[in-house]
Amino acid sequence: MLANTALAVMWVGLTCYALFGGADFGAGVWDLLAGGSRRGLPQRRLIEHSIGPIWEANHVWLIFVIVLLWSAFSPVFAAVMSTLYLPLTLAALGIIARGAAFAFRKASTELWQQRLFGAFFALSSLVTPFFLGAVAGAVASGRVPPGLAAGDVITSWLNPTSALGGVLAVTTCAHLAAVYLCADAARDGEPALASLFARRAVVSGLVSGAVAGAGVAVLHADAPELFHGLTHRALPLVVLSAVAGLGGLFLLHRDRFVAARPASALAVAAILWAWGAAQYPAMLVGGTTVGQAASDDAVLAACLVVLAVGAVLLVPSLWLLYATFQRRTPDTGPGSSPSSGS
Amino acid sequence: MAVMHLLAASEGDLAAARAQMGFSLAWHIVVACLGVGLPALTLIAEWYGIRTGNPAHRLLARRWARAMGVLFAVGAVSGTILSFEMGLLWPGLMGTFGQVIGLPFALEGIAFFIEAIFLGIYLYAWDRLPPRRHLLTGLPIVVAGVASAFFVVCANAWMNQPRGFVLREGKVVDVDPWAAMLNPASPPQTVHMILAAFMVASFLTASVYAVALLRGRRDAYHKAGFYIPFTLGAVVTPFQLVVGDWAARFLAEFQPAKLAAIEGVFTTGSHVPLTLGGVARDDALRYGLEIPNGLSLLVGYSPSTVVEGLDKVPRSQWPPVTGVHWAFDVMVGIGLFLLALGAWLLLSWWRGRRRRRGELLDQRGSRLFLTLAAVGGPASVVALESGWCVTELGRQPWIVWGIMSVRDAVNPAPGLMTGLWLVLIVYAGMTVATVYVLRRLAKGTAVPLAPQERDVESYPVV
Repeated sequence: MLANTALAVMWVGLTCYALFGGADFGAGVWDLLAGGSRRGLPQRRLIEHSIGPIWEANHVWLIFVIVLLWSAFSPVFAAVMSTLYLPLTLAALGIIARGAAFAFRKASTELWQQRLFGAFFALSSLVTPFFLGAVAGAVASGRVPPGLAAGDVITSWLNPTSALGGVLAVTTCAHLAAVYLCADAARDGEPALASLFARRAVVSGLVSGAVAGAGVAVLHADAPELFHGLTHRALPLVVLSAVAGLGGLFLLHRDRFVAARPASALAVAAILWAWGAAQYPAMLVGGTTVGQAASDDAVLAACLVVLAVGAVLLVPSLWLLYATFQRRTPDTGPGSSPSSGS
Repeated sequence: MAVMHLLAASEGDLAAARAQMGFSLAWHIVVACLGVGLPALTLIAEWYGIRTGNPAHRLLARRWARAMGVLFAVGAVSGTILSFEMGLLWPGLMGTFGQVIGLPFALEGIAFFIEAIFLGIYLYAWDRLPPRRHLLTGLPIVVAGVASAFFVVCANAWMNQPRGFVLREGKVVDVDPWAAMLNPASPPQTVHMILAAFMVASFLTASVYAVALLRGRRDAYHKAGFYIPFTLGAVVTPFQLVVGDWAARFLAEFQPAKLAAIEGVFTTGSHVPLTLGGVARDDALRYGLEIPNGLSLLVGYSPSTVVEGLDKVPRSQWPPVTGVHWAFDVMVGIGLFLLALGAWLLLSWWRGRRRRRGELLDQRGSRLFLTLAAVGGPASVVALESGWCVTELGRQPWIVWGIMSVRDAVNPAPGLMTGLWLVLIVYAGMTVATVYVLRRLAKGTAVPLAPQERDVESYPVV
């Protein structure tokens, strides 16, 4: 019971990381595709303006997931980290480059520096979700056996399911970012930017859907257990994801940007929960179940109590953060908007 | 020395894993200390600025806040890497003991969350909130920063004093996560680390302005930029010496082998001298400066106090004596140097008041003082790294004191050396960029300003 609760809480954290942190990565992908420094300036300014105050808080969800995994399911953490140390090292380096370069770009004034740091920020925003998706694919396709570095160091993450996971992670992050950004642009009185990102949101949404559709064939061939789970127990969640995704695209098409946000977010969240439902109770497919990996009850209880108390502090704080920056920028004249000093 | 078997793919991989962990921790610890101390300094400057209306203080607060933004970002990502490395490099530790030390990390995660949330608000809502309310949004950053440091160091303390579990046939059972977190080493280690964070942030910030004052920029802005952090550092330092003594005394009781390595004591006995410097050779610390009975007096206030030597533990379990000993001496030496600087400040303040000789910067010897204060910043970083070397090297060869060796914890996968090189390259780039960007922030005059602070914009900075 405690173990299942801890797993569910961890999965909520993973969902939050995908929905918030993932969108920050997606914004970096759009930064990469924004074009030359003059043409891309309005887009990059919007991106910086939107993710600047919140990306660090969003990033903490990843730490939350990692810490909960090692506290509640230590052997699973050790197996995943040791077998998949190559993609995880690369993801970690991508996380460094993304965060640091974003802060450096904000603090630099000369064009060549902004371009250099911007390039690091944008490229690592593409690479990091790919590797994290590849890690998810490796775990989901049962390529991480229990034990220390017991799996193949290379083929555990260079395989069809990992490739699918990586590509899907990048396209869904980009989709989420575009959906969030068009509402941000509309609120800031930039209708041209809003419709630009709305088009991109539709395109990236369709691409994500197409990748997921093609993924069905990949999983059928490469990860039969996952395929079986997704087409049986987790089928309602898969359908929910498809419906929510299509609904989001429809709302975007009708310029209902704010309403499109929860729809797109639900589509992504449903896929994550479908994966979880398809695999449960296995944590390492073919090896370790939730019950076998779970920590001592005293540890699970302490962590859950601490997190519950923490939530009492965190929820209002997060609400304050998002509410502060989702309001319209106060009209204070030139030279005072947060982005103008950068 | 084939006492312990090797889990890693090769000796080189074990060395690479240790080097990578040590390097990325040594890097992060500096930024983390600034992350704990700098918000407090910034809030003091902002509060002073609001109270007195002095634009110099308000400009300082803006400057420091911008530096804080950059440092927090690199601190956040370099800290994330550490949590990855716990699993990537030491899965043997995490697979067995991850659940025992999970609680402080979960608590640290919450504290870090609070820090990140309020830092976002504090930095970006400067022009969206009234001044006093803005000041209030900074307080959680300070509290959460100190709390983060406390929780993380609790986990490190557990590696020195593993508690809160029972090992039955190689399996961890009966875990008490609270007893693990609040182990005997936690109080001295956490207090020592938190005070060190304030000292490093204070002396490092002050040294920047000491250089500016030496170059003749003696306006209110640079004076405040020097006095605020330097005073804080000078106040903390004497407490730190007391706490450091407590930490060493703790080792005498709980980790005598570590203290023996720190002081280069090879033979158990009474009337043990305190040796400064020296080289460990042929089971003795040679060529050092000996103070007769010094160590026995420090440990038990009496020359007849018995101090345990390294002869009490097998040779295969000795930490690297010379390195640990020197790191300790360097740390203590710099601590005393900083204490002397603080005393100088106090004395000159007293002389200025009593004999009306003007403030410190107008008194004789002020250039020497500023030069030493400029050195004090980097020196405090050296002391920080030395202290960290003492606690980490002094724990070798154990990753969990007396229970699991570093060799048994390392990732057996091949190719860890490649990971080390990648990390070194990325960190080298990040170091250059961080220093460059911070220097630019210090030089540039364009500081983003809130509408209610227009007077700061027109304030001349020499």
